[in-house]
Amino acid sequence: MTSAMRYLSHTPDDIREMLEVIGVKSIEKLFDSIPLDVRRDSEIDIEPRSEWRLSREFEEMAGASNLVAFVGAGSYAHYVPAHIPYLASRSEFLTAYTPYQPEISQGTLQAIFEFQTMTASLLGMEIANASMYDGASSLAEAALMAIRVKKKPKIAVSRLNHPHYLQALRTYLRPTAFEVVELEARVDGTTDYAAMPDDVSALVVQSPNFLGVIEDLKAAAEAAHSKSALLVVSFAEAMSWGLLKNPGSQGADIVSGEGKSFGIPHSFGGPGVGMLACKKDFVRAIPGRLVGETVDKNGERAFVLTLSAREQHIRREKAVSNICSNSGHNALIAAMYMSTAGREGLREIAQLNHDKAVYLKTGLEKVGFKPLFDVPFFNEFAMTAPAGFEKRHEALLERGFFAGLKLDLFPEYQDPRYKDAYLFCATEAHTRDILDAFFATFTILKEVA
Amino acid sequence: MKSFEELDIRDDLFYAQTHEWVKKTGGNARIGVDDYAQSSLGDVVYVELPSMGTAVTAGASFGSLESTKAVSDVNSPVTGKIVAVNEALSDNPDLVNTSPYEDGWIIEVEMADSKELDALMKSDAYLAFLKTLDPVD
Repeated sequence: MTSAMRYLSHTPDDIREMLEVIGVKSIEKLFDSIPLDVRRDSEIDIEPRSEWRLSREFEEMAGASNLVAFVGAGSYAHYVPAHIPYLASRSEFLTAYTPYQPEISQGTLQAIFEFQTMTASLLGMEIANASMYDGASSLAEAALMAIRVKKKPKIAVSRLNHPHYLQALRTYLRPTAFEVVELEARVDGTTDYAAMPDDVSALVVQSPNFLGVIEDLKAAAEAAHSKSALLVVSFAEAMSWGLLKNPGSQGADIVSGEGKSFGIPHSFGGPGVGMLACKKDFVRAIPGRLVGETVDKNGERAFVLTLSAREQHIRREKAVSNICSNSGHNALIAAMYMSTAGREGLREIAQLNHDKAVYLKTGLEKVGFKPLFDVPFFNEFAMTAPAGFEKRHEALLERGFFAGLKLDLFPEYQDPRYKDAYLFCATEAHTRDILDAFFATFTILKEVA
Repeated sequence: MKSFEELDIRDDLFYAQTHEWVKKTGGNARIGVDDYAQSSLGDVVYVELPSMGTAVTAGASFGSLESTKAVSDVNSPVTGKIVAVNEALSDNPDLVNTSPYEDGWIIEVEMADSKELDALMKSDAYLAFLKTLDPVD
């Protein structure tokens, strides 16, 4: 992306003038309302650098991460078509302006409306909001939303949700009176619903789940609905819906997930975009913003924020949710990606993902890996490594290949059945040359060892 | 927003400072919002209704009314148990605007203590109270 805007600090004169205008004596007085114990009282320890040196440092860092990673785990390596950064960095789109005043922000509102429409269509739902921060916050908000709708004291959550999403969910619910009941995995890598209590507002299942396994969402919907609970379907890999049956058609009531796969760069794990969609019946319980289409007084098509009377900026402490800002610019990027790929394009890219992953899995089996589960997957799967792999994992890293993510790095997977298990992923970005080079390197290392 | 002369404030009802009315029918209290409240709110587009059997406390919120510009709580002027809910409001929330005292009623409460009604205002006192309020935004 081009960076036309530079950071210019305020001079002491600027600061004095600004304080004068708002009628405050000092900076100290300006921050009076912030308690002292949450304020930093020392200088931030950063060595000053010239812009030239800073750019070089970042370029070096970018170069260092220029390795081939066969890892997804919530952040997938997808090709970003050149038109996306070009269009998205146009100054018309890069405004920090929030679209409260429809008369001057029709373009932003329309872009968000398109994002909502395509999100709802992709997920097979009736309503989608104007984006959440990311997949994790979206999942936590979806759980709270289900509680608002069903008013029952518990939430049943599959432990096969992304560990970070689970962490966000636990954090959101910790100060509330609502209990999170975690459901364990079956031996086939799918969620076991048997332990679901009766008084749950929702069952939360991720598909494909963290181990890459595609869950039977129809069965999940039956399990949830038999207890008069909602089915919340979560996802970390939006691209999978290009190939899999959408959650709406399988009986989902609320769907939440991460849309980073649609044209948004990794950015060192940086900002993603949360997707949240639901059935029309729950429109008044959905958090955040909704943009609606209407007509103005001249009968022209126009866009406005709707149902915002429940939002934080109007109803404050009684708002449906305190999430207010959204990942607006990333939602715009995701909308650009979805609209330019189109339904067929998305399907093709998704199919490529699956094919590459199958190729990777077959190759790994040839060099001694054993699949953890014999079930359908999309672009990610778990395998048990042959003896001595941990050392070779390091040697591969030195040669530019990040060969899988060790599962027991996560507290959820410190269980004997995941011993020496790694999570692998291949996408359309992994060309056949790359995959073959990886296998060749692996074989050479094996012979050396 | 109506002027005081245009307001329909009825003599057979009790009124709360938060602009709900109560009509006593035996041991039950039928509750809605009055003409002043509905005209201040503007077009009501959604009524959040409580469930049957829920306990309500005098002065506490039991639901909310959503107009195009705001969401306002509706408080119960009496303590008791909800024995009827006006389900017609789910599909036709505008009944609150068009018929606040008849078709736009919201809930009926079996009162725990009908003496609580004595703490509410009759129409004269209520009108006098309304005139002390700032013009509604």
